[in-house]
Amino acid sequence: MNINATLLGQAITFAILIWFTMKFVWPPLLTAMEERAKTIADGLAAGERAKHDLELAAKRSAEVIREAKEQAAEIIGNSEKRASEIIEAAKLQAKAEGDRLVAGAQAEIDQEVFRAKEQLRSQVSSIALAGAGKILGREIDAKAHNDLLDKLVAEI
Amino acid sequence: MSAEGQTTSEYIQHHLTNLHAGEGFWTFHLDTIFVSIVLGLLVFGTMWLAARKATAGVPKGMQNFVEMVVEMVDSQVKDTFHGKSALIAPLALTIFVWIFAMNAMDVIPVDLLPLIARWFGVEHLKVVPSTDLNATFAMSISVFFLIYFYSFKIKGFKGFSKEILFSPFGKNPLLIPVNILFRIVEDIAKPISLALRLFGNMYAGEMVFILIALLPWYLQWMLGAPWAIFHLLIITLQAFVFMMLTVVYLSMAHESH
Repeated sequence: MNINATLLGQAITFAILIWFTMKFVWPPLLTAMEERAKTIADGLAAGERAKHDLELAAKRSAEVIREAKEQAAEIIGNSEKRASEIIEAAKLQAKAEGDRLVAGAQAEIDQEVFRAKEQLRSQVSSIALAGAGKILGREIDAKAHNDLLDKLVAEI
Repeated sequence: MSAEGQTTSEYIQHHLTNLHAGEGFWTFHLDTIFVSIVLGLLVFGTMWLAARKATAGVPKGMQNFVEMVVEMVDSQVKDTFHGKSALIAPLALTIFVWIFAMNAMDVIPVDLLPLIARWFGVEHLKVVPSTDLNATFAMSISVFFLIYFYSFKIKGFKGFSKEILFSPFGKNPLLIPVNILFRIVEDIAKPISLALRLFGNMYAGEMVFILIALLPWYLQWMLGAPWAIFHLLIITLQAFVFMMLTVVYLSMAHESH
């Protein structure tokens, strides 16, 4: 094996290749790789964050649902109470109205009875007059006896 | 085996001879230079194409593959080297990819490319550049110079001198010669071990392929296939070892003891 000038040639080639790699191969590749590594790291971090956010949102939504349920229960309770109140009030009102109607009807009935009695009384007096006239067989001076007849009518 | 009735040793010798031009020291192994430059253009051109169109989005095809290699080198460098340097990671990538490409020439059938070369009138062709000591030493000596360059740059002349004089055994003046001796041995061992390790592995691998090629054709697959598969491991491993040791040496140059 002989060492000769080939060594110099090879060394020069080697130096050129090193320079070439330093200048044109290594930097763009490493830049691209580092950029990608950063993108991936960011993506992973974002994913982690999103997961965390999702957990928070789930917790929050569960809370909201629970609150809503509570509120709904409260509203239902209130409305039930209110409904029973309304029913009670309506019952009372209906009773009062009924009483009032009954009282009115009673008053009307009383009035009717009274009027019928009046009518009957006046008719009775004329019947009595007619009857008396027939019994006496003569004309009765209506005027002369009017006081008497009125007294009679009042007595009936 | 070659058709022209070579003897076995002639065949082996033929395969181990570089295509060369020039005399004495100024001999150039044209095949080593040519193959390594072509591989460099091919591999680094591909990586450049991938890098030029690199997007931070989902990587596709070639970008994905190149990024895989870059990522591997980058993580290895980051694990070993803790300073800041614009050079070391690209250097490690260059070493790994280039050596891998040169080693990978080993799994091309040993007679194929020399046969094609003979059609074009080229008599000798040794296709694996990393089986040429010149190629491996070119890299390891370059790395050696980088080690010294960074030692001076980071620690300064004073700091580096102190390190040479006082480590590994301490500040006792009597120990200074021992320290210097150790340092010399250590620093000479670095480029030599880097270069010879790669060369030895690839040369031995090539040698085994050549010997397998001497078997009758119907027996070659029995040894050739397992050795090629095993050799894939060696190809990658040697490229990786060269890269890792370079990074380790350079990180040692950056850190004071």
